[in-house]
Amino acid sequence: MAHNAIDPQALLPPMEPVHLLDPDGTYHEDPDHPLELEDDQLRELYRFMVVTRKVDREAINLQRQGQLGVYASCLGQEAAQVGSAYALGEDDWIFPSYRELGAALVRDVDAAGLLHLYRGTWLSDHDPYKHHFGLMAIPIGTQALHATGFAMGAKLDGNPIVAVTYFGDGGTSEGDPHEAMTFAGVMKSPVIFFVQNNQYAISVPLEKQTAAPTLAHKAVGYGLPGYRCDGNDVLATYAVTKRAVERARRGDGAAFIEALTYRMEAHTTSDDPSRYRTQEELDEAAKTDPIARMRNFLTKRDLYDDALEESIDQQAKETAAYVRAGIYDAPHGDPMELFEHVYVDATGHHEDHAALLRAELDSGGGDEEAG
Amino acid sequence: MAVTLAQAINRALHDAMEADDRVLVFGEDVGKLGGVFRVTDKLQDTYGEDRCFDTPLAESGIIGTAIGLAMYGYRPVPEMQFDGFSYPAFEQIVSHLAKMPNRSRGTVRLPVTIRIPYGGGIGAVEHHSESPETYWAHTAGLKVFTPGTPDDAYSMMREAIELDDPVIFLEPKRRYWMKSDAQLPVQTQPARQAVVRREGTDVSVFCYGPMVRTALEAAEAAADEGWSLEVVDLRSLSPLDTAAMVASVQRTGRAIVVHEAAMSLGMGAEVAARIQERAFYHLEAPVLRATGFDTPYPPAKLEEYWLPDVDRILDLVERSLSY
Repeated sequence: MAHNAIDPQALLPPMEPVHLLDPDGTYHEDPDHPLELEDDQLRELYRFMVVTRKVDREAINLQRQGQLGVYASCLGQEAAQVGSAYALGEDDWIFPSYRELGAALVRDVDAAGLLHLYRGTWLSDHDPYKHHFGLMAIPIGTQALHATGFAMGAKLDGNPIVAVTYFGDGGTSEGDPHEAMTFAGVMKSPVIFFVQNNQYAISVPLEKQTAAPTLAHKAVGYGLPGYRCDGNDVLATYAVTKRAVERARRGDGAAFIEALTYRMEAHTTSDDPSRYRTQEELDEAAKTDPIARMRNFLTKRDLYDDALEESIDQQAKETAAYVRAGIYDAPHGDPMELFEHVYVDATGHHEDHAALLRAELDSGGGDEEAG
Repeated sequence: MAVTLAQAINRALHDAMEADDRVLVFGEDVGKLGGVFRVTDKLQDTYGEDRCFDTPLAESGIIGTAIGLAMYGYRPVPEMQFDGFSYPAFEQIVSHLAKMPNRSRGTVRLPVTIRIPYGGGIGAVEHHSESPETYWAHTAGLKVFTPGTPDDAYSMMREAIELDDPVIFLEPKRRYWMKSDAQLPVQTQPARQAVVRREGTDVSVFCYGPMVRTALEAAEAAADEGWSLEVVDLRSLSPLDTAAMVASVQRTGRAIVVHEAAMSLGMGAEVAARIQERAFYHLEAPVLRATGFDTPYPPAKLEEYWLPDVDRILDLVERSLSY
């Protein structure tokens, strides 16, 4: 007998992930996950994925050219990110990790601004309140608690919004997502834990990360339902997220979604994946590519033609060019900004240090020309 | 009517919740029980379970959700039940609470006040008597306040909650039962200003939190020896009131720093450094430190040998005057 009258069976994830699209674009109906998208929306999902991939590639190029210090690619994870982010209402919030370019673009976050983190001009550039998109968190899984606290606040305020947080398979081993799920379960907070299981935490494969039957099973211990979906199937990530979000918005509490995907690129541009995985494995994963799959689906439905292809390619190129222009040779920033935002009410020593740097800059010792 | 330091904080929390319905109090056992030290007594009765609530037993969770609540627009006042249990929250405090406002270029402000009962002297078991102030004071983005009197406990708590910067509010737990005849509400000096608790001419004694009373007792005893100690209560450890420290040393020419925390890299090191940087020619003797030893906090039966007390301070006074 469960102490709080939850039927544990009802929380258990399916071993078979929700899957609506085959790699060749064949669509399978699922009464639990009906296709509630207009043709324009289907095209838009595809468009977001293509633009994401193009900007992602541009970021890798910029890193190779010395314009970014490092970059964490989301290649192969476009469907997981775009589908889930697209399922949210305008007022819902996202609390991302550092690999969420696709989700950021759905939220209309400026792509060039996003890359300033990786260029090192500043730590974050967008206004989270404008885009309902939190700061990209680098310490693994820590943002799950911010999403949960935010959702607790929304519930307390009677505001029917939902917070979604993204982390990875490695993140499910950290403590914070577990504390977050504990809180979210007890408080019935409207928060969705969206895990992109991309099979690797840098070099460590899933089987060395956990002995759990699936990642989604972890949810059950916190009284949350665990869901699973094919993370390379944008219709599945959309539908499963939509269902969890609506459930949370109704007041039925948090949920955990495991999206099964594959990180096609290195962990970051500093990584060398040839040391821990084979070309054969990569070739196999490429067969499940999310973008080709959606294009096949659109083609089968007569929703894809040359004009659409041209228009999307054009947009992708323009966005990539915009990112390139925004990053290439961007100035290093103002050294005095180091002191501007640390405190609202800065006094004493903090001001002394600002004066010290000001004096160094004034005497020419601060190498202002570096910008 | 006499009020204890714990009651003064309790009253400050009541008044802050009354004044602003965005103020939330939460943590382990703070609701129905009113906190293990009763500092949150009757907050839940008065303001309801939405605004004063018990959380699961997870310190990182408490601070991480406080950050999310603050992002939403609340003014959380979470409690870490004991100093030694604040460490699971270290990452959330240091990597996010302290840094997110700066990271976001000021678009995110986190008006979170973390209450932590700290320090020893109550015969507690391990992990219940620690003095972790250096960790927080070393972290840019945090403010660190610690009151030494009931009046300050009230006033500085109200100030901390009203500030838009995150504040680590260190409560000297061995002084929770210390009484004052203050009339609450009371407004003392802003926390960033150090306060001279007793004027003197021979040696400046810099102290804070639980050691304010100890330093005043030392000054009383020193007077019997014919030594005049000036006792300066620092109150805020970040920012530190450097000007007040320098002014006092300019008057006395000698300085001793007192704290419970271990000596090396403690607040005493920073106070000594700032004094010698700015008042070198006023110094008649090296700046000395009466502190805990560089060992883990001792078991209860041995804490009297570890904690700085009147004798340890007076020994240093004598040494300072011997130069």
